[in-house]
Amino acid sequence: MEKPNQDWTARVEELAHTRLSECYQCGKCTAGCPRGMIMDVPPARMMRAAQVGDILETARADSIWRCLSCLTCSARCPKSVNVSSVVDAFRQISIETNSMSPESAKIVEFQKAFLRNVRRNGRTNEVEMATDFEVRYFFRRFDVMNVINTGLLGTKMLKRGKMNFAIGSPVKDKDLVKRIFSKCDVKL
Amino acid sequence: MNIGYYPGCALHGSSADYETSVRACMKALDVQLDELDDWICCGATAAHSINHKLSVALPARNLGIAEKMKLKQVFAPCPMCSMELKKASDEIQASPERRKEMEEIVETPLSGAVDVWNLVQVFQEVGYDVIAEKATGKLDAFKPACYYGCLLTRPPKTLKFDDPEDPTSMEELLAKLGAEPVEWNSKTVCCGAGLTLCDEQGVAEQSYKILQDAIDHGANCVVVACPMCQVNLDMRQADAKKLGLTKDVPIFYLSDLVSMALGIKGKQLGFGKRFVSIPKEMKEA
Repeated sequence: MEKPNQDWTARVEELAHTRLSECYQCGKCTAGCPRGMIMDVPPARMMRAAQVGDILETARADSIWRCLSCLTCSARCPKSVNVSSVVDAFRQISIETNSMSPESAKIVEFQKAFLRNVRRNGRTNEVEMATDFEVRYFFRRFDVMNVINTGLLGTKMLKRGKMNFAIGSPVKDKDLVKRIFSKCDVKL
Repeated sequence: MNIGYYPGCALHGSSADYETSVRACMKALDVQLDELDDWICCGATAAHSINHKLSVALPARNLGIAEKMKLKQVFAPCPMCSMELKKASDEIQASPERRKEMEEIVETPLSGAVDVWNLVQVFQEVGYDVIAEKATGKLDAFKPACYYGCLLTRPPKTLKFDDPEDPTSMEELLAKLGAEPVEWNSKTVCCGAGLTLCDEQGVAEQSYKILQDAIDHGANCVVVACPMCQVNLDMRQADAKKLGLTKDVPIFYLSDLVSMALGIKGKQLGFGKRFVSIPKEMKEA
């Protein structure tokens, strides 16, 4: 059964560690957002949706994953609401409820590939991470262009010496990193 | 001066040239870097997007390592790392319960007493006048647009560094070294680097707007203090060209310019790894 609206609002508040009721819809967050112009649900509307408990629908919005996490919204909020952490709360709910567009799924796949890499090595190994991301994303969407584009970029970087296969050496205590991930209950 | 050093994944990966450049100028300024023993990734955007607890735990582990090494300050040249480290430090100090929980997760005691510095702050600690005195050359070939991006100044409450809307600390340093920094509008607009592999179009648009603004205000280069800004603005310039970018703009790390003023040549700073070629007059001061 679906949770009543106020439960969802409380859940976002708990995840975001910020007071949703402080927002009085001045719109400053949206006005300053560098990606506001392409967002289906811009930050101020996301705030309103969180206040009224319209969470599941909003968690499907593309803008949740288009957000660059640049923190301009949070820095400019006249009521010190951490808007960016509300976006992060929506991201976590979007993953929990598996509600996202195919385009957003690509961004989620990338973030997960990044963390899987950290869990394995303690640090990111860019070549390994990009390969993991491309392979999984390919089998999900059969997006050939994506593989080609990243391949071209990777080749350019290898040529410049910006990337090589030896970099990103793992940490000594790999088990500790795995324990940290498991104690935080990270699902990837 | 001896300080703790947290390179972060980028500097041991595709931005190895940033580490070369940072180490070169720190050596010239007699700043000893004590690298954190077996440091781990800070988690970056991926961690705070997916699991809040993890986004505190990963940087907290590194703060714990610094405490064990009895370091008072940690220098993190990547603003993503320095911001995450500071955010974690704030959260650990905010409540004893949170601190206890984190100590249990990261398996080391935490007091949160370690200070975290970005690249500009290290130069401030050394002293701009001291750097200017040590300089052997003048940066008079440079008209830089100083680019702060997002995480060098935000969130302001956590970082307490410069003015989040109109920062000027990089301009002040470079002007002292003979450069002519330009006034421009996009100093703190995000370049989108975090999504460089998964939202190519968005990233190209952001990069184009920032670079064109720098050109329109008379800059002949862009100076950054972030590995991701550098690689993004440099590597994505070909895509920005397709959107109308009118000319090539070399992208430097702040440490490149300081190094050159201190007499270090471009060849020793990894300039060969840059995508946009660097004009001859900008290869040394």
